[in-house]
Amino acid sequence: MTTDPPSTPPPATPPAVGRVVVVAGGLSHERDVSLRSGRRVADAMRSAGLEVEQLDADATLLPRLAEDPPACVVPMLHGETGEDGAIREVLELLDLPYVGAVPTACRAAFDKPTAKAMVSRAGVHTPASVCLPHETFRELGAAAVMSALTDRLGLPLMVKPARSGSALGCSVVRTPADLPHAMVDAFAYGALALAERFVSGTEVAVGVVDTGDGPRALSPVSIHPDGGVYDYTARYTAGSTEFQVPATLSPELAEECARVAVLVHETLGLRDVSRSDLIVDDEGTVWFLEANVAPGFTETSTVPLAVSADGLDLGALFSRFVDTAVARGVHRA
Amino acid sequence: MDHTPAPAGRTRLDSYVDRYAARTAGMTASEIRALFSVASRPEVVSLAGGMPNISGLPLDVVGGAIADLISESGPTALQYGSGQGTPELREQICEVMALEGISAHPDDVVVTVGSQQAVDLVTRIFCDPGDVVICEAPSYVGALGVFKAFECEVVHAEMDEHGLRPDALRAAIAAVQASGRRIKFLYTIPNFHNPAGVTLSAERRPEILEICREADVLILEDNPYGLLGFDQAPMRALRADEAEGVIYLGSFSKTFAPGFRVGWALAPHAVREKLVLAQESATLCPPSFSQMAVSSYLREHDWQGQVKSFREMYRERRDAMVDALEDLMPPGCSWTVPSGGFYVWLTVPPGVDTKAMLPRAVTARVAYVPGTAFFADGFGSSAMRLSFCYPTPERIREGVRRLAGVLEEEMELRATFGATGSHEALTRSRYDGPGSDQA
Repeated sequence: MTTDPPSTPPPATPPAVGRVVVVAGGLSHERDVSLRSGRRVADAMRSAGLEVEQLDADATLLPRLAEDPPACVVPMLHGETGEDGAIREVLELLDLPYVGAVPTACRAAFDKPTAKAMVSRAGVHTPASVCLPHETFRELGAAAVMSALTDRLGLPLMVKPARSGSALGCSVVRTPADLPHAMVDAFAYGALALAERFVSGTEVAVGVVDTGDGPRALSPVSIHPDGGVYDYTARYTAGSTEFQVPATLSPELAEECARVAVLVHETLGLRDVSRSDLIVDDEGTVWFLEANVAPGFTETSTVPLAVSADGLDLGALFSRFVDTAVARGVHRA
Repeated sequence: MDHTPAPAGRTRLDSYVDRYAARTAGMTASEIRALFSVASRPEVVSLAGGMPNISGLPLDVVGGAIADLISESGPTALQYGSGQGTPELREQICEVMALEGISAHPDDVVVTVGSQQAVDLVTRIFCDPGDVVICEAPSYVGALGVFKAFECEVVHAEMDEHGLRPDALRAAIAAVQASGRRIKFLYTIPNFHNPAGVTLSAERRPEILEICREADVLILEDNPYGLLGFDQAPMRALRADEAEGVIYLGSFSKTFAPGFRVGWALAPHAVREKLVLAQESATLCPPSFSQMAVSSYLREHDWQGQVKSFREMYRERRDAMVDALEDLMPPGCSWTVPSGGFYVWLTVPPGVDTKAMLPRAVTARVAYVPGTAFFADGFGSSAMRLSFCYPTPERIREGVRRLAGVLEEEMELRATFGATGSHEALTRSRYDGPGSDQA
């Protein structure tokens, strides 16, 4: 494990790899983001000399993969199916190598309470939280449960769907009166809602890449949204958020963020590429919020920003992921 | 503008962030708009889109006419043309408008790139920032977008099942005038309203005209659906009884095909002159090819027979939607029953927020447009627009079945959490209406 920027990977050897399929789109709430990520990664790999085809995750996908099996699949699906391991399970059924983590690791990482519990056991700070289904509020009385929540966790709280991305359904709750609405918004995106103690500080995203010689952190990116909250609008409207890379942190804190991100990557059993979302509070404590097994690669995403800042080429980097995936083949966990 | 170079490593990922006009402040990404990306997938029953169903068009006839057009008049069809539009099409437009009682001269017609551009041009020549436009509540999302782009203030006036309420219009005019502001026009969709599905009754039409005449308020009559009535002859247009105080907008998007992008404005002489100049500065001219193709279609084809078949198709879909709503919607819901056009306006039980519910609906593979898209002032969360124009009757019923399930879940959730107060949701985009294929 190291926090030094990884060296530029040597160029891929395109003829040896064969056709690569980028799967993007799907039917999750993050379809639009996924399509943009997929397009950018596909274009980058084409620029690196690979033969790339981009396919949607619909009923035509499996027949097409079966008819003309690619050398490797790059899943760029965000949200459920893409990040909960399901698409990778199917790729394994088809004996198709793919870039990224195995299904079990995806399931753990995509489920925020599970990921938080695992990284906490590894010694990483993560805000105290409670995860509950709607039925608990209905059966035990919402007022009583919400009162217990705020008594235990205090205010403000961050309320979010337990299994979702792109800040969809997330709310900051500053008063008890805000909590019911925030819970309803979170349940609009899934059956489980996570209430988490709100940590004030600098938001930092750290990409982790593994090109065959172990996971290494990219330069941390600090995030400074104009409106103070890094919501969907701030994430995907160019110009509405200022990013700093390297992050506006002391070298020691930047090093600590990188260490935490690599530790998260290893603890959750992730592969090839991941992103950890962290917050550094005013006392300099680094808090883990969530991990992403299919981080965004849109024009406004943080990982490609760090890739570029570290002097890497996105296409060459993905070529290395593809080489690694093809070399390891499919090994059922 | 700050010309200081950004320090290395500091970026907003937009080199022009400090140069945009202030009016772009609301042009941001929105999670609601992102959800419509899923709604366009065939797995989802989209009751959101307002796309005309042109499956019944005789494409062989259209294709042949276009081939003839190119072979016989290609050099003209592919050339620039008049900013006002071709004389032949303007004459034909007058014949179309005569079906709604309008007597007009082709000189007073300006052809536009869909009637959407006509809304834009009229607003461009009349409105300065801060000027007031009165709109029905709710109103067409595409027009609201234009008014916002020109920094107009929209004041809504209530409707009921008979369309715009005269008392509400009087009250809105009085309130604006009392505040010292100037009303530039009333924007109204009298027939088969988008999104409300209601029609301004024949009894109210003279009263609306009289109110505006007395208050010296210009009327912008937007009438894309007027020939798509299911149960009656076309209503008499407001413009038919008031030539000087009404600008009338029409379109071939619903009676022929939206892909040609041909609409028009009929305006008093002085206004028409300015519209032509505004048109020339915006596009130089409306597309010659599209105009000539539409002319050929109107000239050579039984277009009124085609509109009749459209009406029958849309009536069947309207019936499917209304029947499904009656059979499946949970108690507490109400809806309009349109006598033409594309839309039903569904009002949900108190406490349900249709904008907040949309992700749940998309998960259930059904989509609609939340009511908030049709208000400029944040209202509309207790309603939604349902379109019956595009899906088959079977898909409409399936969509309503899914929607009913979503509503029941949402009502249960709301019952659990009770009245929900305001909160700091991480959603603050200002424009979250659907895109052009959904408007």
